[in-house]
Amino acid sequence: MAKVPVQFTLNGSEKAEFVDSGTTLLHALRDKIGDTSPKGGCHQGSCGACSVIIDGELRLSCLTLAETCDGAVISTTSGLSDSGVLHPLQRAFLDTFATQCGFCTPGMIMAAKVLLDHTPNPSRDEVVEALSGNICRCTGYEPIIQAVLTVARSNSQNAA
Amino acid sequence: MELRKNYFADVRRDDLHEIGQPRPRSDSPGHVTGKTAFFADRNFPGMLHLKMVRSPHHHARIRSIDTSEAEKHPGVVKILTAKDVPHNVYTILILIQIGPEDETVLADGKVRWKGEAVVAVLAETERAAQEAAAKVKVDYEVLPAVFDMQEALKPGAPLVNEYHGQNYYLYDSGECRKVRFGDVEAGFTGADHVLEQSYQSSPIEHAPTETTGCVVAPEGNDRFTCYTNTQAMFFTLDNTSIILQMPGSKLHFVGGTVGGGFGGKVDVIVEPIAILGAKLTGRPVCFIYSREEEMQISSPRAAEKVVIKDGVMKDGRIVARKVTGYTDAGAYSRHSPYGAQKGAGHYPGPYTIPNVWIDTYCVYTNRTPSSAMRGFGVTIGDFALEVQMDKLARLIGMDPLEFRFINAYRDGDMKAHRQPTEGAALIECMQEASRAANWPVAEKYMAMSSYVKGA
Repeated sequence: MAKVPVQFTLNGSEKAEFVDSGTTLLHALRDKIGDTSPKGGCHQGSCGACSVIIDGELRLSCLTLAETCDGAVISTTSGLSDSGVLHPLQRAFLDTFATQCGFCTPGMIMAAKVLLDHTPNPSRDEVVEALSGNICRCTGYEPIIQAVLTVARSNSQNAA
Repeated sequence: MELRKNYFADVRRDDLHEIGQPRPRSDSPGHVTGKTAFFADRNFPGMLHLKMVRSPHHHARIRSIDTSEAEKHPGVVKILTAKDVPHNVYTILILIQIGPEDETVLADGKVRWKGEAVVAVLAETERAAQEAAAKVKVDYEVLPAVFDMQEALKPGAPLVNEYHGQNYYLYDSGECRKVRFGDVEAGFTGADHVLEQSYQSSPIEHAPTETTGCVVAPEGNDRFTCYTNTQAMFFTLDNTSIILQMPGSKLHFVGGTVGGGFGGKVDVIVEPIAILGAKLTGRPVCFIYSREEEMQISSPRAAEKVVIKDGVMKDGRIVARKVTGYTDAGAYSRHSPYGAQKGAGHYPGPYTIPNVWIDTYCVYTNRTPSSAMRGFGVTIGDFALEVQMDKLARLIGMDPLEFRFINAYRDGDMKAHRQPTEGAALIECMQEASRAANWPVAEKYMAMSSYVKGA
């Protein structure tokens, strides 16, 4: 099968790969590049565990073809902490016990980050809406919402 | 967090350092940074992908299996059938002497539920494995199937599982687990009211976000490392050892990181066949359920039927309780004989009743085998019992919470299965619930105690 060259920026580093046409970004990230922070929970766009940020927008990497990401800027949860210092969202997820099994966590954090990047001080309803594409089957939604609101409150205090 | 100190003041310890204190979870830093290694995060060069050919029928005889076209499919490395599995007929609880072995790793001559594994295909890519699996030809002779427990227990019903010989699990106590305490018929005769009700539930899927699976790597020293999300590490290791007729010292299981289990990952399903594939090919093997398989193939909570007959007095005392419980094991035992047995001990509920009669049946049908899920054997029973308690309270015109205080078990009471009650706290929980829910009860109930005699 003919390979397709793909080049993109992942968490600040340049990556180049040859992929089979039709390869999903999830597969390329996990099995070719070795970033396993996006998870494959359903491979059909319904669970949100594979969520990544592409050019500032939240995307499901299981439904995104790698070949469409040429030249894109991609962020995943593994690239969030800066030289070992946790991102405020990661800190808040720890402090509010917003993780249980941890499988949905990287996707949840990506969804929360896109929300806060666009809307630094969201309402609770906006947080719920932003996380509505991400399934947590341990049903820990309330602490997750609290984690995001904690960061939002600290954003608004810093802005004041 | 608030710890109430007014309860059990003379037996409680207040020098505890951990209880009542929030502590960070040791696994959370890995979760929030994406560093936690789930089994599917392991990748090995040359790893093969395993896909199952599954039965499209609920009950059928296998006339023949033809893998010749599938073998020719590009990328296919190995195809496994029943004859390749050293000890193909197994049952998980054989480790604690609950037999007989009644389930096949790969179907041999017969399938007993829709979705049963028949042929395993190992290929270079997931896609090649999937495409080749579609080329395996299995010739079936469809047999009559039974899906309802009451139908399965009737004489002349299709026999689901020949290893049992009848459509129920044969306990040492006979066709069901039995609890006999006092004289239940005399209790009904002397009761002011008798109420018999029937409750039933459907199977429930756990639906973990991470599907069931494992990754196996053959090591240079003739051992196999199995990265798995099983919730039952040692059950899986020991059963794999039996199924593959391979000493446990050859098997190295790595796990403990489970992306949601809820009891759905305690069966020994993916590991033995993946390790066998690695052994026969000398290559790493990955076997991960698709979302569809997780929803349709993995064991659900059993469907249950519970029939409760109670005798109750106008003053609120339950004087007799007769329960018949049915647990739908599906086609194979897995953990269901144990679940049905747990129900037998549990059905009187947390209440002291002088006359009790309980029968619980573990029934085989041509449905997806059921197994563990969060309190299996008692959860559906509790639903039935507590709905029944509300109905009984309504029947005698009593407040449902006060009705439960009257019947609540207390330390020293003998339970129906002859275990004396120890460490009861139902009364104290209900007192707190009464306050928290602003559901007041008479002062005498608020003064009761689970362990102070006379209170």
